Amino acid sequence: MNYNWNWGIFFDMSPEGTGTYADMLLSGLVWTIVTALCAWVIAFAIGSVVGVMRTLPSRAAQAFGNGYVELFRNIPLLVQMFLWFFVLPEVLPRAWGDWLKQLPNAPFYTAVVCLGFFTASRVAEQVRAGIQALPRGQRMAGTALGLTTAQTYRYVLLPNAYRIILPPLTSEFLNNLKNTSVALTIGLLELTARARSMQEFSFQVFEAFTAATVLYIIINLVVVTAAGFLERRVAIPGAR
Amino acid sequence: MRLRRLVPVLLAGLAALPASAQELTGTLKKIKDTGAITLGYRDSSVPFSYLDGDQKPVGYAMDICYKVVDAVKAHLKLDKLETKLNPVTSATRIPLIANGTVDLECGSTTNNVDRQKQVAFTNTHFLTASRFVAKKASNVTKFDDLKGKTVVSTSGTTNIRQINEYNTANKLGLTILPAKDHAEAFLMVETGRAVAFVMDDVLLASLAAGSKEPDAYVISKDAISKPEPYGIMLRKDDAPFKKVVDDATAAFYRSPEGKTTYDKWFTKPIPPRNINLNLPMDEALKKAFATPSDSPDPAMY
Repeated sequence: MNYNWNWGIFFDMSPEGTGTYADMLLSGLVWTIVTALCAWVIAFAIGSVVGVMRTLPSRAAQAFGNGYVELFRNIPLLVQMFLWFFVLPEVLPRAWGDWLKQLPNAPFYTAVVCLGFFTASRVAEQVRAGIQALPRGQRMAGTALGLTTAQTYRYVLLPNAYRIILPPLTSEFLNNLKNTSVALTIGLLELTARARSMQEFSFQVFEAFTAATVLYIIINLVVVTAAGFLERRVAIPGAR
Repeated sequence: MRLRRLVPVLLAGLAALPASAQELTGTLKKIKDTGAITLGYRDSSVPFSYLDGDQKPVGYAMDICYKVVDAVKAHLKLDKLETKLNPVTSATRIPLIANGTVDLECGSTTNNVDRQKQVAFTNTHFLTASRFVAKKASNVTKFDDLKGKTVVSTSGTTNIRQINEYNTANKLGLTILPAKDHAEAFLMVETGRAVAFVMDDVLLASLAAGSKEPDAYVISKDAISKPEPYGIMLRKDDAPFKKVVDDATAAFYRSPEGKTTYDKWFTKPIPPRNINLNLPMDEALKKAFATPSDSPDPAMY
């Protein structure tokens, strides 16, 4: 292959004038991590509520939960990004739409909200699965003790369910982290976007994407290690 | 690093192969052996290289490439030369040129010094400068008018880098949004997310001409760069092939056909929607056609 390898490229100044190419990739990494964390907060909060709703006795709550999950799970993430970023401001009242468009860092907020809502539908499914995986007797025992539904969830069902779904939630978090790259289509300068612009400026395609790949692997390994630690930490002694 | 150390070994290995009758090397040898040449095209670089209504790649750069193919065919004295077409994007064009999938990239790639470390360019076929397009209603015509406003440019282009530099140098306090591609950047101006889109003027002209209301847009009078050359890209360090391509393009630009082809794409309605870019050839390009050059230096033009 007629390719001019140059691994020293990371220490060259990037044309944006704010530092080297390595700095550029690292700033992308920071955006990736910040976006993923913020989106995860939304995803975990909404996902838990919706997941619980799907297991409640109330028909209306179940219907809402099902509707939410099917809506956000079945539309491709890329399309959702475009809907939030380009379509939402047009359907809102004009003043709101204009405010939204002029928001500084609009791609970041949009990406966080979009990714949060999308991942929430997946978290909800796992929360539901975790609750339903518990023996039915647990819910009944809660009722027999005179606990209200809310108390049964708080003190009996959820503490067990969350422990069961911790491993798949870790995968979900990793997905969430990698899904941030979809936000490059709405102009978020995260890691993949930075790697793309680096190859475009320097024409060192393979170096740029290799560096991005390595960075993704490193943060994912950190997450996996931390999740493993958390799992051991919260495990109920003698539970397995 | 290890790869780089391998290169001399590989080269020595190649040199040891028996030389063919005409001692063809590199791309020319490959074309002769396979009886095929592969052109890389872009899907939306209007009017240089894009898909028409029948999903067939057409454009100004494609026309030039077909001339080069004829010249290669004549040079190698082949009766038949198959022309393969391969789509490329801004991210895939370098690897595909480097690994030999594509022999010529026919599009709107800016020829600059950094890029010449990785690939070679043939004679310049177009010159472009960075300007912006904005809605007439927003009353901006000069870069200074943009002070404090939000502008958009396509990520990873030389233009976004120029507007960044210009912004820093002139303290305009711009918010510069990167967009994934030209169409999306233009959409940001159309929907009001950004006041202006900074890009090569020719691309702006084609986007505005193809929009819903071509008359609602205005292109800035001043530019923030000297005219930059576009070139057709080929593999680096392949002098015999580059010579054939350079000779073919130089002859084509000097002939009246060069001007006719330019006019066909820039001053007449073009497919698929019969828009007219209305960009007559300027003095700089006339000069570049009279004395073809592959220099990456804007000052040369």
